[in-house]
Amino acid sequence: MTAHRNNQSSFSEISPSEFFYRNRDLAGFSNPAKALYTATRELVENSLDACESTEILPKISVRIRYREEERHEPDPRTYVLTVKDNGHGIEPRQAPNAFGRVFYGSKYRLRQARGMFGMGGTMAILYGQITTSKPVTITTSTDGREFHTFRLLIDIQNNKPIILSKSTKRGVGSSGTSVELLLHGDIFRASAKIRDYFRQTALVTPYAEITFIDPQGRLWYFPQTTATVPKVPRETKPHPHGFDFEAMRRLLKHTDESSFPKLLMNEFHRVGKQTARNFLRFAKFDLRTDPRTVSNEETVRLVEAMHRFDGFLPPDSNCLSPLGTEILKSGIVNELKPEFYSIAIRPPSAYSGYPFIVEVALAYGGKTIGEGVRLYRFANRIPLLYDEASDVAGMVVNDLLDRRAYNIPREAPLAVITHVCSTKIPYKSVGKEFLAERPELERELKNGLRETLRQLKSYLSRKGSIEAVLRRKNIYAKYLPLIAKFSQALSGAKSPPRYQQLIKDFEDERVITVEQIANAKKKSEGKIE
Amino acid sequence: MPTQRRRVKERSSNRKVELKAILQKLGKEVYDSLDSNRFPSIDFPSRSVKNIVYEPKSKQYILGSRKVTRSASNIKHIRPFTQLTWLAYFATELVGQEKTSTLRDVYYSSQAYDIEFDDQSQSDSIITDLETVIERAREELNIYPEERSAIFGDLDIEYTVRGYEGKRLNLSSHPDGYLIGPSLSTAEFVDTSAEMVIAVEKGGLFTRFVEEKVHSRFKAIIIDTAGQAPRATRYMLRRLHEELSLPVYVMTDGDVYGEHIAMVIISGSARAAHLRDLTVPSGKWIGIWASDIAKYNLPTIPMSEIDIKRVHDLKRDPRYQKGIWPRELDTFLKIKRKCELEAFSKFGLTTIVDKYLPEKLQIAKSL
Ligand SMILES: Nc1ncnc2c1ncn2[C@@H]1O[C@H](COP(=O)(O)OP(=O)(O)OP(=O)(O)O)[C@@H](O)[C@H]1O
Ligand SMILES: [Mg+2]
Repeated sequence: MTAHRNNQSSFSEISPSEFFYRNRDLAGFSNPAKALYTATRELVENSLDACESTEILPKISVRIRYREEERHEPDPRTYVLTVKDNGHGIEPRQAPNAFGRVFYGSKYRLRQARGMFGMGGTMAILYGQITTSKPVTITTSTDGREFHTFRLLIDIQNNKPIILSKSTKRGVGSSGTSVELLLHGDIFRASAKIRDYFRQTALVTPYAEITFIDPQGRLWYFPQTTATVPKVPRETKPHPHGFDFEAMRRLLKHTDESSFPKLLMNEFHRVGKQTARNFLRFAKFDLRTDPRTVSNEETVRLVEAMHRFDGFLPPDSNCLSPLGTEILKSGIVNELKPEFYSIAIRPPSAYSGYPFIVEVALAYGGKTIGEGVRLYRFANRIPLLYDEASDVAGMVVNDLLDRRAYNIPREAPLAVITHVCSTKIPYKSVGKEFLAERPELERELKNGLRETLRQLKSYLSRKGSIEAVLRRKNIYAKYLPLIAKFSQALSGAKSPPRYQQLIKDFEDERVITVEQIANAKKKSEGKIE
Repeated sequence: MPTQRRRVKERSSNRKVELKAILQKLGKEVYDSLDSNRFPSIDFPSRSVKNIVYEPKSKQYILGSRKVTRSASNIKHIRPFTQLTWLAYFATELVGQEKTSTLRDVYYSSQAYDIEFDDQSQSDSIITDLETVIERAREELNIYPEERSAIFGDLDIEYTVRGYEGKRLNLSSHPDGYLIGPSLSTAEFVDTSAEMVIAVEKGGLFTRFVEEKVHSRFKAIIIDTAGQAPRATRYMLRRLHEELSLPVYVMTDGDVYGEHIAMVIISGSARAAHLRDLTVPSGKWIGIWASDIAKYNLPTIPMSEIDIKRVHDLKRDPRYQKGIWPRELDTFLKIKRKCELEAFSKFGLTTIVDKYLPEKLQIAKSL
């Protein structure tokens, strides 16, 4: 058991459900339109997590409809939201708590996942219950043979599920989960955002097949375009640099380990014997101190020393799962259909002991991308649609493109895609909308963007030179025959001069140029024919 | 009436034969390059300001040694190169068929051959290029500007233009004078009793000179330059001097522009530095000088700022460094006044012919 997991009880006395209902802005449920969008997103993210964590190619269908009796009511009104996946499902024992209890989840571990807080899906259910007084229906199967169905309400005061009914059916199919809930929503104001969300999800999740049917019965289909699923991220132990006082206090309280160096080696990321000893000496603790006897004051000193000590190895990025060139490429090619793209995958880096990887992609031209710069932000593969201006990526893109150091005109049709993956994304709020300006993050975003901009710049100049070659050839083809004609007439020669090779040579030169470009093309960039 | 008539020294038809050979050679060089799969190119003297130099010996502006190369391989050059090749061809046709054309005609004719010029100034400048390449004036290619000036006097000419070949005319037969156009420019000089040429700046004075019989009283051929002398007129003056050995005198308004009109006839202009056959270095400016204003008590008008600036500009010009040229400029600066040829009318309409002209011609002998 890690210390983080224990966080779930930190609000237990004041009921987290109640707290979050009262502060629902924080979680992205501030009005009926945003609530409909956020609920859809949270359920879809849970479904994707349930597939990705076991390398299943996701097939997800989403439906939003109004109830027949409210068909002619104006927005906002009650909507039925259904999200169905083919993920690993959930054990029937766990299901009521997973969906009926805030801060209950399987993703507190230090592992890259879309979900982080143990509240996204549950908040959607809670919001639905409060606005419609209707229960949520969950059907889940872990083996594709037994299908368990629950109807739940949440006991808000006590933060626990009330099971209204429970049944099990046998059948033949695949594992997976379906969640259906009723909620107060406003599709009129939400539908553009919801569609953006699906489009952008498709951009970085091209290995998923997503179907969305909107209240008017229109179907939006995002096909699976690659069979590459990103590798499942490994779980990792916390890095000393990111460890806080509360976590340390609990660790020391619950541990059975009496050797201080051993405790450090077992509980922390990349801490070996030598490092553990060096650190304890640095923190002025006797190597023989029994960690279970450390006082609160000494714990403060210990944690402070941990943050200051620079002898720890940097966090290992093995636990991270970046999108990678293949997935980015396939998403970009299918969704943005650009003329050119370039991708930069930055080497792993870390902030406060959390490893992260930044990926930046740039797509240029084509019919789909409009004029100007459009930024697509992602964090652990989740599209971030709100508050671009407050986001660190938003600021970096603004900064760099404003300087025009890359000769790329302001109106150039350009899409910038940034993806940050980490065991802990530095969201500024639980609403998962924008990332904080950690200097390390800012630096990596900048470097990634620079790299892709450089590739675009050189593409544009090569393209310019090919076009110039073609232009030249056309000009020669137009004027040389005239020169030939008049010089023949002037000189009195009987037959026209044989100059055709001059134009032919030029064609050959052009072919070479195109081939050279093809050869020089790196794996991380490409031109779409 | 004097009867002693002069014989023509040199006939101009040789030049025509030469010209055709030059154009053919140009065509052959371009043809040969293409035929051996090389991009043709043409070298000719640069006409940029830096390459226009004053040659004291000939007292005129000429082009220096700097060359430009126009190559068909350069995509910026290939269009003007094509235009130039076409123009050489078109000029050969003009000369061969003995047809003339104006600058404007050339611009429009190009369209029949799929040669595009953006506007007439572009075709005009290609014409200047060709002049530079072959070192012949466009008039020899039968290409004339619209502007015309006039000639009058006892000179027998023989037309060479198609339809008039062999036909002769005496240039004193019509009192309004004759336009110095293509047919006159290409005519052969046969015979004359004239002993000098007087070029005047203004049509009014030209008419007065004819009325007052200057041509017979002074044995002069009279030419109206109509302001700054067009190149055809300068070419005509040159021929009258070269072929008939006649001295050339120029009479202009008494201002800095008049002085410069005379200078261009005598020493040429920077703009035509690529051509050598447009000057009469031995020509004389006989007035109205700045110093004549006081001497003849002529009515004047004040010089403007621009006039004064122009004087300062010319004072720096190498052509204005010797003789009457700087002296008169200084006088203009001193009196800051100018006058027109018509100013003599104050003393009666014929005073300029009866008194001023003979006195100045006398003075000119000592210049
Ligand atoms: N579709 C699903 N398939 C399998 N398990 C699910 C599914 N949806 C939710 N769960 C389980 O329910 C738990 C709670 O989900 P919830 O969305 O409330 O929190 P979370 O995803 O852990 O974190 P976050 O607040 O960041 O979304 C998850 O941790 C997961 O174990
Ligand atoms: Mg979730």
